[in-house]
This record gives sequence, structure tokens and C-alpha cells, in this order.
Amino acid sequence: MDEPKDQKETKQLTGEKATVGLVERAKDSAVALKDRALEEAKDYKDPQQTQVWKSIFRVSHERHDPRNRSLAILSNVFLHLHPAKINRDAVRYQYTWGMGGITFYLFIVLTFTGVLLMFYYHPTKIIAFKDILYLEHDVPFGKLLRNMHRWAAHLMVITTWLHMFRVVLTGSYKRPREFNWCVGVVLLVLTLLLSFTGYLLPDDQLGFWAVTVGTNMARATPLLGNEGPFGPQLGLTPYNDVRFGLLGGSIVDSNALLRAYIWHCIGIPLVASIFMAVHFWRIRKDGGISGPAPVMLDSEMKVAKKK
Amino acid sequence: MSAIVQPRSNSRRNKLIGLVVVLILLGLFVYSVQDWHQIWKIVSAPDNVPIVAMLFLVPFFTWLGIKQAKANDNLIGELETDPKLAKTHHRKVEPWRPGWAKELHVWPYLVRIEFLAAVIVTVVLYVWSITLNAPLEEPANPNLTMNPSKAPWYFLGLQEMLVYFDPWIAGVVMPSIIMVGLMVFPYVDSNPLGNGYYTLRQRRFAVNMFSWGFLMWILLIVIGTFIRGPGWIWFWPGQTWDHNTVVFDRNRDLHEILGITPENFANHLSLLPWVRGIFGLIIVSGFFILGGLFFHWLMKRGPFRFSYLVFPKRFLEWARTPDPFELKLLANTSILQYMTFQFFAVSVLLAMPVKLFLRLVFTIKYVWVTPWFNV
Repeated sequence: MDEPKDQKETKQLTGEKATVGLVERAKDSAVALKDRALEEAKDYKDPQQTQVWKSIFRVSHERHDPRNRSLAILSNVFLHLHPAKINRDAVRYQYTWGMGGITFYLFIVLTFTGVLLMFYYHPTKIIAFKDILYLEHDVPFGKLLRNMHRWAAHLMVITTWLHMFRVVLTGSYKRPREFNWCVGVVLLVLTLLLSFTGYLLPDDQLGFWAVTVGTNMARATPLLGNEGPFGPQLGLTPYNDVRFGLLGGSIVDSNALLRAYIWHCIGIPLVASIFMAVHFWRIRKDGGISGPAPVMLDSEMKVAKKK
Repeated sequence: MSAIVQPRSNSRRNKLIGLVVVLILLGLFVYSVQDWHQIWKIVSAPDNVPIVAMLFLVPFFTWLGIKQAKANDNLIGELETDPKLAKTHHRKVEPWRPGWAKELHVWPYLVRIEFLAAVIVTVVLYVWSITLNAPLEEPANPNLTMNPSKAPWYFLGLQEMLVYFDPWIAGVVMPSIIMVGLMVFPYVDSNPLGNGYYTLRQRRFAVNMFSWGFLMWILLIVIGTFIRGPGWIWFWPGQTWDHNTVVFDRNRDLHEILGITPENFANHLSLLPWVRGIFGLIIVSGFFILGGLFFHWLMKRGPFRFSYLVFPKRFLEWARTPDPFELKLLANTSILQYMTFQFFAVSVLLAMPVKLFLRLVFTIKYVWVTPWFNV
């Protein structure tokens, strides 16, 4: 290793005399080390110039040149689904209402609070209800956590509907976005199912009877339910029909609780995530978030091309 | 924008009439309420808060959408009469000046909005979660039935449908048809106009059909939430939810009213199920044909004005003359698109309110009875 410059100079000035005491030498090098540390510390005053910072963030957010602003989006894994630039009118709140984005944000909130809730919850008939009581009364911020999960879920149903409503009003489902609308319909159904499966988990009267009413309808499924049209003729009983499959039994009991839990925490979120990925990908591929298009005139209508 | 939206001369008077009507209805409602406590109990139930919020959110966003659609429609009308301007106009209502960039950088102009939205939603959730507790009832008890035993609010539309249809229709077939119907919506809407901007004049029928379905869904939920009490009995807002209420409904099937009963078929009892079945089949087929004709007529109409309700002559004029623009749209529709739309429109958008009406007003339970299923 090279010796620092000033240390070398010190040695030269003193003529390399070996008579200097050990303590003096240690003192000298300590002073030199301190100076050097202070010198280097000046470089750390600006964290953005450090090696650590530069290894994480490739783009300076202080610069406003177009290239840098584009790179801020393109080089960020969380933002890269966005294009670098969008239609100037697309940022008007009035136009998109922001409902799709809010729905996705609520999904993130629900995942976050849901994972925290899972730490305190056992999907078994014996302690599920007690877990909720424990969560409400003993766990720090447990009540807030459960409330937030509940209300975010309800809000998500509302924002999903309003998002769909807006897409219809602006005709944003039209060519080439037809398929993405279908993906959206699937996501709507998955949202409702997510909410519904979560309803049973507290194992209280509210959830129990709501799920009883809900799954009783499955009894009447044509061809697949024991009380549905042509069900009995096909040999279906309460012990082998579609309701039995949903509940893992003929009544809403411990198996139903476990199934609801697994659908709620793993099955449906997984499927929904895949559909969301497709949904967002297609938005980008079909031209980005909805920006008001220039209006067409009635007289400009052409007969649609059929391929 | 204000330069484009020109208020009609009588719009002020119309608004005043509207206000008076609303005030009178509100007054009648307040006068008729017998039990304010009951109303408060329903409205303030924590799980009902979202649907109460929907009662305000849906009208607000409908207004927001219509406002922008009207502004666009005025612009379209203006450009339609001025082809020269149409060629150079940037074709948006929002003011845009030459020299402005047509595109903005997502960083920071969109990202900051997303961030702001996330912050606002988080704050709303915190306030909501601190002020209102998620409901928790007694532990689940299969031996103690809740009365009324209600599904979560967003499924109350389905539960309310159980009143009008058997479970296999209300719980399985209808939801499936609604789902598939929503999915085919973009494929049956053959109108190339109105892609990416708010408009009513260019997409009157499509927007109205969707809004009708959406509104009906919300309405069923509202009935299920606010009207249906113990025993799923109809209680008007303001009536006490009395657990001892008894309803004397004579629920009959349509064929019984028309005399296809065992008494009249005493000598040919074995024939009765056949007669009943065929009768129902005819009724349902007839409904589909009439419904199809109704939608065929409706999709060719021009804009409906409220004055038609007051002046029958104008109404007849509107009902008789097809709108040329709507005819053009229809010509653009393939037979497959047309038939698909008709199927979903008649079996959901029309069947639902018709059955509701038959059940609530005429207390008719089934229109088609067979040994295997009833409709």
C-alpha cells in the first residue's frame, strides 16, 4: 500500500532519523490520519455523490432536462410501466378520476394490512374468533389494522365500479382495448370474491350467515347443484355438488373457514396479481393511460374495417 | 368552457321547477317518517356506510361525466357546422395554445399526482378507520339465525334478486350472464365514434344501456340495504323493522291467474303440466320477441326530452321518427353483434325490471312452471 503523501513528506523533513520515539511517530501518524479522514468526509457531505447512492439511483432528480426526466421513469422498476411522456390533458383529474390507480393502491394497502393481520390469525374454528378479539383489544394498533383492512376492501369495490363507469363514459373500451376491458371484468369479479371470502374469516354471526346465504345459492346451480335444474337427475346430492366443493363439507364449518382463508390470502390474490399484470401491460401497449382523444365528428364516421 | 356552454333561455325556470319538486318530495318523505331511529340505525351501521357513500358518489361522478360530455357535444356541434374550423381546431374543450407542449413528462407531472392520490387515500382510510369500527357480531352460531340475514352490501343486489327469481337464476345464471354480458359489451358496440372522450350525442344508446344496468344494480342494493327488514319484508324508509310483521301476499303464478288450474283441468290432470309448460314457454318466448322489438325501436330513437312527457304530440313524433344518425350506427352493426346485444339486453336489462314489477305490483311468482325448473 502507498503511504499518504503528507506522511511521506514528514519522513523526508525529519531526515528519516530513527531516534524519534515510538510515541511521537504514533502521534504524527494519528494526526495525519485525522486530516485525511476530515478531507475524505468532505466528499460525504453530498450523499448523492457517494458510491452507495450512485449504485442505487442512476438518475439525478435535481436535473430538469428532458433526458433525465425520461430516465427517471425508464430506469425505475416501479415506474417503468409508465411511458416517459403522456398526453398533456391526461393529467386532468376531471378526465380519468384516478379510480384505476386508486384501486391498485388500495390493493397494495390491503396486501400490507392483510399480511400483518395474518401474523395474528389462525384459520381454525376454535380460535379464529378469539384471535379477532385479541386483535381488537390487546394487539397494539390491532383494531386500527383490522378497521383499515375492512374499509379499504369496501372502498376498493367502490373505486372498481367507478373506474368501470368512467371507462364506459369515455368509450375507452373501444378498439384496440376490448380485450383489456374483459380482463378488467375478471378483475372486478375477483375483487368481489376477495371481499366475500374475507367476510367469513372473523367467524362471527355476520360472516357466517352471509356466507351461508351466499353458498346456499350454489346449491341451485343448474347441472352442478343438488337443488338446481337437472341436478338431482344427474345424481347430485348435498355431499357431492358444487357447494360441497366450495365449503369442503355440507355445512359452513371448519373446512369452509380454511378454504375461505386460503382463497382469500393466497389463491385469489395470486390470480388477481396475474390479471393485474396483464391489465397494466395492456394499458401501456394499447397507448397508455386514457387521455382525452380529439373529438371526432358525426360526419366523419366510417364503416368499421373488418379484418 | 363557459363560452361554449350556452344556457338555454328556460333552463333557469326548469331548475326552479326541479328544485320545487325535490323540496316537495323531501317534505312528503319527512312527513311520512314514523321512526327516525330506525333510519339512523340502518344508515349508520358501519357496513352500510359504503352504500350510503355510493348514494352521493354515483350522482356526483355521473354529473362530472355528463358535464364533460355536454361540453364535448357542444364542440362537436360547433365544428359540424364549421368545416373550416374543424380542419384546424385541436378538437378538445380544454384551452390549448400554440407553443404549448402536447405531451408532458410523466416525471414529475403524473408521478406527483399518483403520489398525492396515495397520500389522500391513506389519510381518508386512517380517518375512516379511527372513527368507525369494523363490525363484529357474536361468535358464529348455526343454531341462531340472524334476521335479517344479509350478504355484504355489494352482493345485496343478488340477494334482492332472489325475491324475483329462483336461486338458480338469481344466484348463478344472472351473475354469469351479467359477467359475460359485460365482457361482450365492447364487441357488440360497433360505434367507431366516442373512442377516448366523453360524449352523449354520439353514443347515446350505448351509454344509456350501461347506465341503466349500473343504476339498476345500485337500486337493487339500495332496496336490499334500506328497505328489506326482518323476514326480507318490504319496509318503507321510516317504518319500524318489526319482527312480528306479517305480510298477506297472495303469490300466484301467471298461469293460475289465467285459469290453468287443477279445478279447470279436473278431467285431464295428467295434461296439466304440459299445458302449463307450453303456456310458460309461449309467454317467455313472447317476452323475448316483444323485448327484442322494444330494443330495436329504442335504439333508433333520437334524444329524449323531458318536454315529451308534457306534450303527447311531441312524444308521438319522437316515437314515430327514427333518428338518421342512430340508423347509420345500426347499419354499421353486424347481425351477430345485434343478436348478441339483444340476448343480453332482453334477458338482463329488461327481464329484471319486468319481473320486479310483476312480483311487487301483481304478486306474480312464476311465469313459466315446469317439473324441472321455474322462471
